Amino acid sequence: MQRFANPLRFKRLSGALLPWTSTATLALFAAGLWLALAASPRDYQQGETVRIMYVHVPAAWMAMFVYANLAIASAVALVWRHPLAEIAARAMAPVGACFTALCLVTGSLWGKPMWGTWWVWDARLTSVLLLFFLYLGYMALANAFEDEARGTRAASILALVGAVNLPVIKFSVDWWNTLHQPASVSRLDAPAIHPAMLTPLLVMALAFMAYFATVLLWRIEAALAERRVAARRMLTEAGPSSPALRR
Amino acid sequence: MTAIRAVLMRDLRLAWRSPQESLTVIGFFVLAALLFPFGVGPEPQLLARIASGVIWTMALLAALLSFERLFQFDHEDGTLDLILLAPAPLETTVLAKCLAHWLTTGVPLIAASPVAAIMLNLPTDGIPVLLAALLLGTPSLSLIGGIGAALTLGARRGGVLLPILVMPLYVPVIVFGVAAVEASLAGLTARPHLLLLAAILAGTIPVAAIAGAAALRQSAE
Repeated sequence: MQRFANPLRFKRLSGALLPWTSTATLALFAAGLWLALAASPRDYQQGETVRIMYVHVPAAWMAMFVYANLAIASAVALVWRHPLAEIAARAMAPVGACFTALCLVTGSLWGKPMWGTWWVWDARLTSVLLLFFLYLGYMALANAFEDEARGTRAASILALVGAVNLPVIKFSVDWWNTLHQPASVSRLDAPAIHPAMLTPLLVMALAFMAYFATVLLWRIEAALAERRVAARRMLTEAGPSSPALRR
Repeated sequence: MTAIRAVLMRDLRLAWRSPQESLTVIGFFVLAALLFPFGVGPEPQLLARIASGVIWTMALLAALLSFERLFQFDHEDGTLDLILLAPAPLETTVLAKCLAHWLTTGVPLIAASPVAAIMLNLPTDGIPVLLAALLLGTPSLSLIGGIGAALTLGARRGGVLLPILVMPLYVPVIVFGVAAVEASLAGLTARPHLLLLAAILAGTIPVAAIAGAAALRQSAE
């Protein structure tokens, strides 16, 4: 892990990975969207609206997966002062917030025809809404200080405290028996979903994952480039006699 | 232990010498709760229905008003640097400061809540449960707010940022606090909700101590 604290080594790795992840994103989205929108059957009860599920469920998984990663990256950044973990945590927060927003919006669009309401104060919905606010709080706190490093450390602590919400989201459908349906894919016995619908769902989930990897690598590279520019600018402002520039 | 007592007594003495801070919090709590009859209309049934929720929400907002002074003043006059240098573990100091905060804002809020409850027409059977729920819930509010206050030390617009950070974390407390009162009014037992509030408090104490101390340490770097 400490190996990748070196930005140059990280850039070599991300440069090697990016063509693969970006191609995989495009291919998986093409296949997944075709399977989900055209090749999969209508639901006998929900009709065509079941297709919202192929976006909603992967977005929900990613919302939690990204937050788990955010918490891990924050812990690594706090414990080992790992500079790349700090950059990665800052870079993934907006992506996770977007996944959460997508999950909430698609769920709402599905809920109107199926449940007859845009929104209910059900435990699962509420805890995902809180996850969205935690993302927003993380980003607000990370950018609230003059000193960027100080903001990252404060936000890392917040991300770790907010991680208590993850198990609540996961088990909210088991603890409170309310409107949102319980888990049907990740069960101990066989998934309670037909293969004709499970395959497009899993392809879409992989597409979301590849998209996240691609965007995260891009965002980290951009953040590294930004730091280089800032460092350069500071050196040129210090003047040509600056010892750092002569080196 | 002496360190805890020293921090606690100092904060209590400071609060005692400028009581207007606690009084402002109470004044805000009562006035804001009494705005609801004007907003939703004065029908007694409607008010009785929403009273426990209004009291909890307003107690939460009133508590939010008072967190800036928890570490901000110490940060400004240098006391915080001395606390950080002191040999006493920072975690216990954070807990002592949160306890002082609860004694100076949480306890007065609890004391004022029966007045608000009666004026909002909460059935009198619900008041003992409301007090018990507030007694178990408001310490968690002080502890969670302590984390937020430590995290936003020195931040731009910290006063606006703090509510955004801690409000999502307050939701479980308010959910079970209101559920306890509702259960007792519906003739059910409030015990499971009170136990959950106690569990939240038991979990919040170590989290607030560790996270608050970590936040204070990194603020001084």
